[in-house]
Amino acid sequence: MATATTVELKIQRFDPERDSEPHWQTLTVPVEPMDRVLDVLTRAKELFDGSITFRRSCAHGVCGSDALLINGRNRLACKLRVEQLGKTITVAPLPGLPVVKDLVVDMDGFFEKYRSVQPYLVASPVEGSGERIQSQEQRDRFDDTTKCILCAACTTSCPSFWAEPEYVGPAAIVNAHRFIFDSRDENAEARLDILSDEDGVWRCRTTFNCVEACPRGINITKAILEVSSAISAQE
Amino acid sequence: MTAGLRAETTLIDVDAIVVGAGGAGLWAALELAREGIPTAVLTKLYPTRSHTGAAQGGVCAALGNVEEDHWEWHMFDTIKGGDYLADQDAAEVLAREAIPAVIELERMGLPFNRTPDGKIDQRRFGGHTRNYGEGPVRRSCYAADRTGHMILQTLYQQCIKAGVKFYDEYHVVDLVFEGGEANEGGRCSGVVGYKISDGTMHVLRAKAVLLATGGYGRAWRVTSNAHSLTGDGMSLAWRHGVPLQDMEFYQFHPTGIVGIGILLSEAARGEGGYLLNDEGKRFMENYAPKLMELAPRDMISRAIYQEVREGRGIGGKDYIHLDVRHLGRKVIEEKLPDITDFARVYQGVEPISEPVPVQPTAHYAMGGVPTNLETEVLADARGNVVPGLFAAGEVACVSVHGANRLGTNSLVDLLVFGKRAGIRMAQICKSTPQPGSVQGAERAVRDELLALSTRPSGVRPAEIRRELAALMMDNVGVYRDEALLGAAVKGIAKLKGEYANVRVEDTGSVFNTDLLEARELGYLLDTAEATAVSAYARKESRGAHSREDFPERDDTKFLAHTLVWQGAAGAPATKLDYKPVTITKFEPKPRVY
Repeated sequence: MATATTVELKIQRFDPERDSEPHWQTLTVPVEPMDRVLDVLTRAKELFDGSITFRRSCAHGVCGSDALLINGRNRLACKLRVEQLGKTITVAPLPGLPVVKDLVVDMDGFFEKYRSVQPYLVASPVEGSGERIQSQEQRDRFDDTTKCILCAACTTSCPSFWAEPEYVGPAAIVNAHRFIFDSRDENAEARLDILSDEDGVWRCRTTFNCVEACPRGINITKAILEVSSAISAQE
Repeated sequence: MTAGLRAETTLIDVDAIVVGAGGAGLWAALELAREGIPTAVLTKLYPTRSHTGAAQGGVCAALGNVEEDHWEWHMFDTIKGGDYLADQDAAEVLAREAIPAVIELERMGLPFNRTPDGKIDQRRFGGHTRNYGEGPVRRSCYAADRTGHMILQTLYQQCIKAGVKFYDEYHVVDLVFEGGEANEGGRCSGVVGYKISDGTMHVLRAKAVLLATGGYGRAWRVTSNAHSLTGDGMSLAWRHGVPLQDMEFYQFHPTGIVGIGILLSEAARGEGGYLLNDEGKRFMENYAPKLMELAPRDMISRAIYQEVREGRGIGGKDYIHLDVRHLGRKVIEEKLPDITDFARVYQGVEPISEPVPVQPTAHYAMGGVPTNLETEVLADARGNVVPGLFAAGEVACVSVHGANRLGTNSLVDLLVFGKRAGIRMAQICKSTPQPGSVQGAERAVRDELLALSTRPSGVRPAEIRRELAALMMDNVGVYRDEALLGAAVKGIAKLKGEYANVRVEDTGSVFNTDLLEARELGYLLDTAEATAVSAYARKESRGAHSREDFPERDDTKFLAHTLVWQGAAGAPATKLDYKPVTITKFEPKPRVY
């Protein structure tokens, strides 16, 4: 496999204890053929500058720690192969959230919005000792939105969220959808009420940025439209 | 402000503390919330980033939804799979309580796949059999190949509903004891948390502290484990006089992506996938003719090494093929979507039309912090409890997995014993007074962290970490012998010496991952040492511990659990003890499949 042996890694740096503004650092980092962006960031930290700061955990796209703005698009650093990017890799924190340091953003507001849609099953107690019965078709109805790993790539790619930070955002709606369309849940009405608020689903302008950003391949815009339709049907 | 730390310390009083927010920690927190016990859950990640979420294939419970099954069969499989080292009373609890645990998860909302009549669907998994070994049984309850993700999500969702108090991105850097260390009769009275976002120290006092911090796969070069799995809970307990149990038993999962170790779930074989050597032959025929690709993991990992040694690795190299092509596009895309995606993204291989190159990857610690059936941590081989300290999930060793864990039983373990931990801790909290003041308890660890970040020169942590991971891979892997293990013990001691001079570059107090990774390296060195020392002393082959110089299982000498204590004041670990295995229903027999 013909691959470059180094890449130019351009990282947005910001240390709140030293800097008043973010700045760029460019490093020439050796790479191996199957490297992902996370490997390159890790190598840069290990070889050149221990203070380069980013989140990471599972390193294979299931935990959602390392969503970053990479060459202009929100993606998971651990799922993006370097050879797909060319000679220069530009890495910045997710847009629209406060930067804590370097590539780390403050996720508290994002999780607050997630919690605001009551993302948990609400159902009456079941008789007997067995499971609830649900057909595979009923279960498939919300399969897509169970895949969400709360990485925030979608919400922070959304122009409506950038313009109006109070917008609950695609990730929260995805997680509401997961319960609204679960045949076992009895709380759809309350969630639909929350999402019919002015900072709810109506802020979606169907730009499909979220769908492109989702590392789990969730059809987010479709989910949002299904929630909007359910609200309309309710009214 | 000082390097890496801020001066201020916050004192927090609760009744119960849960360290780690994977499946075990979350279920414990849920039980504590149900009992109204004021609880703090500390995690160095966000809860949904925990490694429970990476589990793929399913969770076994003898529901009998698709064919006859009994918990006694599950219990037997667990014991035989563990090469008769599991404590049989613990394996019984695991197999019995798996059933209500899975049902409860469904009731909490977990979206299991369904049978045609709407019940939880079940599929085959390695080592799980009908009627005491006759053939594979459908026991694994699953949600596509993201069962762990759904367990983690469901438990976190229920914790939100129950109002559980989370301290996200607080790294627990020490345990607090009063009245001496664990080996001196002391009681655990709290933890020291380091708030990652601002470098402040938080000392939390409680009546009951649960370690639910997971494993330490990052001690090996090729691993399925997250970067965060650095043995924190095991090491912190060890440093305070708690022994570690059965650390020589570390599982290599047979099907990791070549070179990087990302897991391709056993579900691929549960659905009917083949393992092929360079001759295109299903080589498991020669090793486990009855169960073939569904033999336990330790046997398959050894078989792969054997094939590679004898020149039948693919193209003479150190890997073999996982072949799912014959399952067809529909099964592959619907039942194995995530691992199909992994093969495409990380190897550039299309499983629908190509076999996938795989090799064994460091995966799971059967050993850990010893506990009784109520998850109370044990101080010695006689069963004396360390008051105030609990452990559940991979960090713990009950022991349900013995010398080798069966697929899905890690999830069963964290559900059953996570729940038990919460219930037991709630009882203790109701009957025990709050321990004495913990003010100033952060001083020792503060000094250690300061030393790391103010040392003017020294080795980078990454250099030591790389050397350790290579040493563990080469010397404490699938096959071992006295020379390899002796060299590992020496090598780890040398690296511990170098660690005393490790230096971090980042001197800030905001999100200092450089400092925390250096701290984690210390934990890895501890757990690696406990592993190598225990492995050196066990002169037999059992389950995942395969000694080429002692190829047979030796029940006369080694039907016993290893306990190892940390050496005093930085000296190597030399104190070991053994405790008998609890045998109730199944006398040890040769293990053939």
